[in-house]
Amino acid sequence: MAKSYFFAGAELIDPDTLKAGRGALLVRDGLIADIVWGQTPDKPSDADMIDCGGQVLSPGLIDMRAFIGEPGGPYRETLKSAGEAAAAGGVTTVVSMPDTSPALDDPAVIDFIVRRARDTSVVNILPAAALTKGLKGEEMAEIGRLKEAGAIMFTDGARSVTNAQVMRRALTYARDFDALIVHHVEDPNLVGQGVMNEGEFASRLGLPGIPREAETILLERDMRLVRLTGARYHAAMISCADSAEIVRAAKAKGLPVTCGISINHLSLNENDIGDYRTFLKLSPPLRHEDDRQAMIEALADGTIDVIVSDHNPQDVENKRLPFAEAADGAVGLETLLSAALRLVHSDRISLPKLLRALSTKPAEILGLPAGRLKVGAPADLILFDPDAPYVLDKRDLKSLSKNSPFDEARLEGQVTMTMVAGRIVFDRR
Amino acid sequence: MSPLDIQALLDLADQQVEVSRQIEKRKTSLLGRTQINLFFEPSTRTQSSFEIAGKRLGADVMNMAVASSSVKKGETLIDTAATLNAMRPDIIVVRHHAAGAVHLLAQKVDCAVVNAGDGAHEHPTQALLDALTIRRNKGRIEGLIVAICGDILHSRVARSNMILLAAMGAQVRLVAPTNLLPPGIARLGFPTFTDMRKGLEDADIVMMLRLQRERMNGSFVPSVKEYFRFYGLDQEKLSYAKPDALVMHPGPMNRGVEISSDVADGAQSLIREQVEMGVAVRMAVLEALASHLPNG
Repeated sequence: MAKSYFFAGAELIDPDTLKAGRGALLVRDGLIADIVWGQTPDKPSDADMIDCGGQVLSPGLIDMRAFIGEPGGPYRETLKSAGEAAAAGGVTTVVSMPDTSPALDDPAVIDFIVRRARDTSVVNILPAAALTKGLKGEEMAEIGRLKEAGAIMFTDGARSVTNAQVMRRALTYARDFDALIVHHVEDPNLVGQGVMNEGEFASRLGLPGIPREAETILLERDMRLVRLTGARYHAAMISCADSAEIVRAAKAKGLPVTCGISINHLSLNENDIGDYRTFLKLSPPLRHEDDRQAMIEALADGTIDVIVSDHNPQDVENKRLPFAEAADGAVGLETLLSAALRLVHSDRISLPKLLRALSTKPAEILGLPAGRLKVGAPADLILFDPDAPYVLDKRDLKSLSKNSPFDEARLEGQVTMTMVAGRIVFDRR
Repeated sequence: MSPLDIQALLDLADQQVEVSRQIEKRKTSLLGRTQINLFFEPSTRTQSSFEIAGKRLGADVMNMAVASSSVKKGETLIDTAATLNAMRPDIIVVRHHAAGAVHLLAQKVDCAVVNAGDGAHEHPTQALLDALTIRRNKGRIEGLIVAICGDILHSRVARSNMILLAAMGAQVRLVAPTNLLPPGIARLGFPTFTDMRKGLEDADIVMMLRLQRERMNGSFVPSVKEYFRFYGLDQEKLSYAKPDALVMHPGPMNRGVEISSDVADGAQSLIREQVEMGVAVRMAVLEALASHLPNG
């Protein structure tokens, strides 16, 4: 029999209804059993007391995009280490990308991830399956069988499907199975040799640039294919103002479209690359400050639905290289909440709305019951102090890889406790 | 053709079944007539069926071997038609890979032309033989629920059956992944289903279609395994149809792709009977045509 917990004296935030206020919450059998707003009632005799001391109690974060090295690259990250990093960052559900070796394009491999995650990870890890066989963008994967095996969504991970016919047929087929397609929109031909945002700063650094059109052309194409096929579509990450315009227009037409953004693109811009810092070499690249500002506005007005960590662990050998030769990616599971809270501290978005993009929205898109404070919902909860200051030391990261763009950064807001299905999986108290 | 014309043709075909079941399978209605089978696409059952049908009616039947003909040397369809026309045949039976080709050829010759299948357009004698098979087994066509399942997009069999069976009063449904449904097909008024179990509910007739190999691997559907899992007819999916539902397939079958062997060879299968009815229907069509030929 699982333990029962009674959270008293909490600042409850339900990002689904945007309701916030003092209250208490009871967890029983892995589910939220009761929520009381206002005066704290008496503790049920069978429950363990957790005194929240006025800290925020909210649904755990749901991260729709993390790369995990299992199978094929366990030195970068395992399901176990990713789970620990996620728990420390307040992330209770992680969608793992199919860019593994072998790629997650076979029902047997999906089944392996589901079982292995259940056995080794303290948080929920849900596998995304490949959209095309071998992530090659040529032939659609077995969407029906992969979904039966437990695939939560379909994506070619860090790769784009450039062939419009392949994308059209995959969208059409996915619709028959009510499967969600998530697409990384970055045309590799327009990226070419590019390694950072195209523009003045790239020219100063002498680095080849990536135009925004590498993103906007594919995104615009996809909107038209969604209109043609009627499939559910999510743009994994957008990074520039024009992309927000495209998504805004598509939503206004009523297309079944959503989109995400990485925490890096909300927090950083191309100038942070500074002296060729390879931990800031990302895909899509960090853009101009004007783009970042537009992204924050698009998040606040609901054009951007979700924030992802885009957690991409890379070992030192892949990063301690000249900028153009270094691998893309940054870890982000552990800093997702702290970095996102900067937007709250600078009054750009309210805390409930921020949490909505980090929990309720991804839950809705993925069809999960989590992401809300509701009786009967899974007790995937986090307790955090939104104002606790700290300086990030990468040696404290639980991730096996330490390529954080926030190393030595001053952050505000830290997770105190993380609960998954009624079990405490991280506790700083 | 009107439903009455179709009924008359099926009645005539019923008589031809009896002819074919005699020891002396001979009639004289096409005696002295020349029938040319012009098949631009390889075909086993349709071509041999037309050949046998013509011979049983007494016609002189010639099979044009397109593979070794002037067509391979670059002759256009119209020139081939004109050349054959000059040899004064009475009936030309044509199969072509391009939709509309038979229609084009018919404009250029003086004799009767029978469409034995043109591209993804029509295959009228297949629909007639399917109708005959259904009528003989169910006693009627009107009011039956017929589920046509599989690669409808590329299927001339599906198109002809949709037209003919609907004209005869059947309720035709289409069951396929959307990638294998012709775009805009819903506007023709046929209910479509992407979930096969729902599509088969209460069906009297389950008509399976062949999935061509080049469409199996990731282009229209992900794989053979996946296709069979969701769109292959097995006993479990068949159990959603009426208990006395009958299974049809125009052939050639891909066992384990669109149909399982136990269903194909099972008690509900009409697949062998369809082949027999093919000869009878083609005899009926040729005989009906011959009676309208000049001097007929």
